[in-house]
Amino acid sequence: MSQNLPGGLGRRGFLMGTLGIGAGAALTACTSNAPAGGPPAASAPVAAPAGGNSEPGEQVTIGFSAPAADHGWIAAIANNAQAQAEQYSDVTFSPVNPTNDIAQQIAAVQTLINQGVNALVILPNDGSQLTSVGRQAMEAGIPVINLDRIFDSPLAYRTWIGGDNYGMGVSAGTYIGQRLREAGVANPVIGEIAGIDNLPLTQQRSQGFADALQTFGFAVGPRQAADFTAQGGQRVTANLLQAAPQLDAVWNHDDDQGIGVLAAIEQAGRNEFFMVGGAGSANAMRAIQEDNTVLKATVTYSPSMASSAVALARLVAQGKGMGDLAEREVPASITLASATITKDNVADYLPLGFES
Amino acid sequence: MSDRTPVSPPTPPGAHGSGTTKAGAPEVDERGRVERSARDAGDSAAGRLLDSGAGRNLGLVAVLVLLGVVGAVTAGERFLSVPNLLTVLTQASIIGVITVGVTFVIIGGGIDLSVGKVMALSSVWATTVATQSYGPLVMILCALLVGAGAGLVNGLLIAYGRIVPFIVTLAMLISAQGLAEQISGRRSQIVTDPTIAGIATTRLLGIPLLIYIFAVVVALGWVLLNRTTFGRRTFAIGGNAEAARLAGLNVRRHTAALYVLSGLCCGIAAIMIASLTTTGSSTHGTLYELDAIAAVIIGGTLLTGGRGTLIGSILGVLVFTTITNLFVLNNLATEVQNIAKGAIIVVAVLIQARARRSDP
Repeated sequence: MSQNLPGGLGRRGFLMGTLGIGAGAALTACTSNAPAGGPPAASAPVAAPAGGNSEPGEQVTIGFSAPAADHGWIAAIANNAQAQAEQYSDVTFSPVNPTNDIAQQIAAVQTLINQGVNALVILPNDGSQLTSVGRQAMEAGIPVINLDRIFDSPLAYRTWIGGDNYGMGVSAGTYIGQRLREAGVANPVIGEIAGIDNLPLTQQRSQGFADALQTFGFAVGPRQAADFTAQGGQRVTANLLQAAPQLDAVWNHDDDQGIGVLAAIEQAGRNEFFMVGGAGSANAMRAIQEDNTVLKATVTYSPSMASSAVALARLVAQGKGMGDLAEREVPASITLASATITKDNVADYLPLGFES
Repeated sequence: MSDRTPVSPPTPPGAHGSGTTKAGAPEVDERGRVERSARDAGDSAAGRLLDSGAGRNLGLVAVLVLLGVVGAVTAGERFLSVPNLLTVLTQASIIGVITVGVTFVIIGGGIDLSVGKVMALSSVWATTVATQSYGPLVMILCALLVGAGAGLVNGLLIAYGRIVPFIVTLAMLISAQGLAEQISGRRSQIVTDPTIAGIATTRLLGIPLLIYIFAVVVALGWVLLNRTTFGRRTFAIGGNAEAARLAGLNVRRHTAALYVLSGLCCGIAAIMIASLTTTGSSTHGTLYELDAIAAVIIGGTLLTGGRGTLIGSILGVLVFTTITNLFVLNNLATEVQNIAKGAIIVVAVLIQARARRSDP
């Protein structure tokens, strides 16, 4: 007690205080993520100018709303949109604060409508719940480019552009099927590590994967859903590797959770199978390029679609069509093809990869 | 600080005061008595058997055995194989270390909802490009400091700011998540340092290093809780903070220390998860607070504090990790897993309550 130890607490308090301040000062120096003198991160993919469409036209303002990034893919969407808009001297880019709250996103889009922007690019948190605000914009005469998560009604968008989840599964299944057939494996054990099972996109990916494997006479063996996080990927994979003492191939839906998946495979010391990733992160592409892990390919679901969406919004707002097509208008729907990236073509795709 | 030396301690309510306590009686005696009585609380009522580790955790041991049987029947050798059991233990190690800290906080009459995201924040802070450039020791130190620092903020606000623990740690959960997202830019920061990444792949005598870390933390926690004054004071304060205060315990300082301890455990867990997933990420540790609290509760610790065992909490963690393993081995969906976890929480608590009541 302090009366027994006069000054004891004071000295100790002073010492602890000094330690605390010193530790605090040292810690703040540790929050930087800027590489020290390293090369800058790969620049965002930008749609190449085609035909006469890159010529500066009428000055337009493009509004942009997307969820807050909780995943490398979403972060890349926002960066790509911004980078694409900066390519055009005739585009004023007007992004609203990203949010994961439906009500806030609706309010943000309404603000953009009230500002009277010339076109809107919207990646909704939830397609169904933002359909009505998409219709409001269209009724106010503002063309909406619906990015990836589709609205319920075609009345809510002028053009939809997005990835092909079913096609992603097909690409992965086809690659795995072909490779196993070439290797002459008779009854392969094929694992699948999905994203979040109750999302339609995960169900579509799995369906495409199963359908493609079936054309080879193969079926999915052990299958588990992680949660799109590295932690979930590690946990599920560590257990799944125990469930399957011998595997021939694995498809992991998502390269971000794939970091954890690869960690678990390495920790278990397993390398008798090959793995295919999903989405196409820069990290996964580098691993494919270096060819020193089980990851041999990844199927894309590229966030470069945000760059294209901004390019489309500009064309629609300026009343132009797409350069190489005969039509005078931008199409109403564009589905991206899911490319299979292997060691052979990874160099071409590396600039499109997003940092996880 | 006036509460530290009561000038004339009245008989503390609930301190089982026998006879009179004279004004100015040596406070040390009184304090020791409260600590002892807190430790022994329940002896007369429920009997010694139920208070022993095995007795109190009868329900849990039964559930674990049951799970083992289910595993052996449905998955056979794949479940009982040594690599699989080591996988279960490795998966249990991180949430296990966090649960040690949470057990202390709950026995001490508090609650810590912030653990998962404090771990996430520590993992992010320790794996920034800047931190990694200083090497593995600084990374570890950084994780421990951030964890303990967050715990200290929790502790000071609860003990000296007199805000309820639920609110303070909920606020910490939210702001730690925010800070982790801000520092990481919502990206997964890859661990490039080979020493840290190597922790998860290192094995001693065939057993992963993470399991040793888990075992050491549990052992230290057990000694601290059961064999030191610190542990006895934790029980005393959790059982009756007012009595403990009147008996001369520095309740506030001790409470703050409990949250620092919990934060420190999060810091240790942060390094473990950074190594296991080879990333630092703001998405780490989501809902860990509920997993940890559930493990503590089914482990027989009173949510109101004052009673509990560390071994019970660890058994609780093992039950949950084993369930996950069983479901993956049998290729069952995640949703069913969560239903089963919920059911097991209820069943384990029911069995324990029944055992306690039926025993004379």
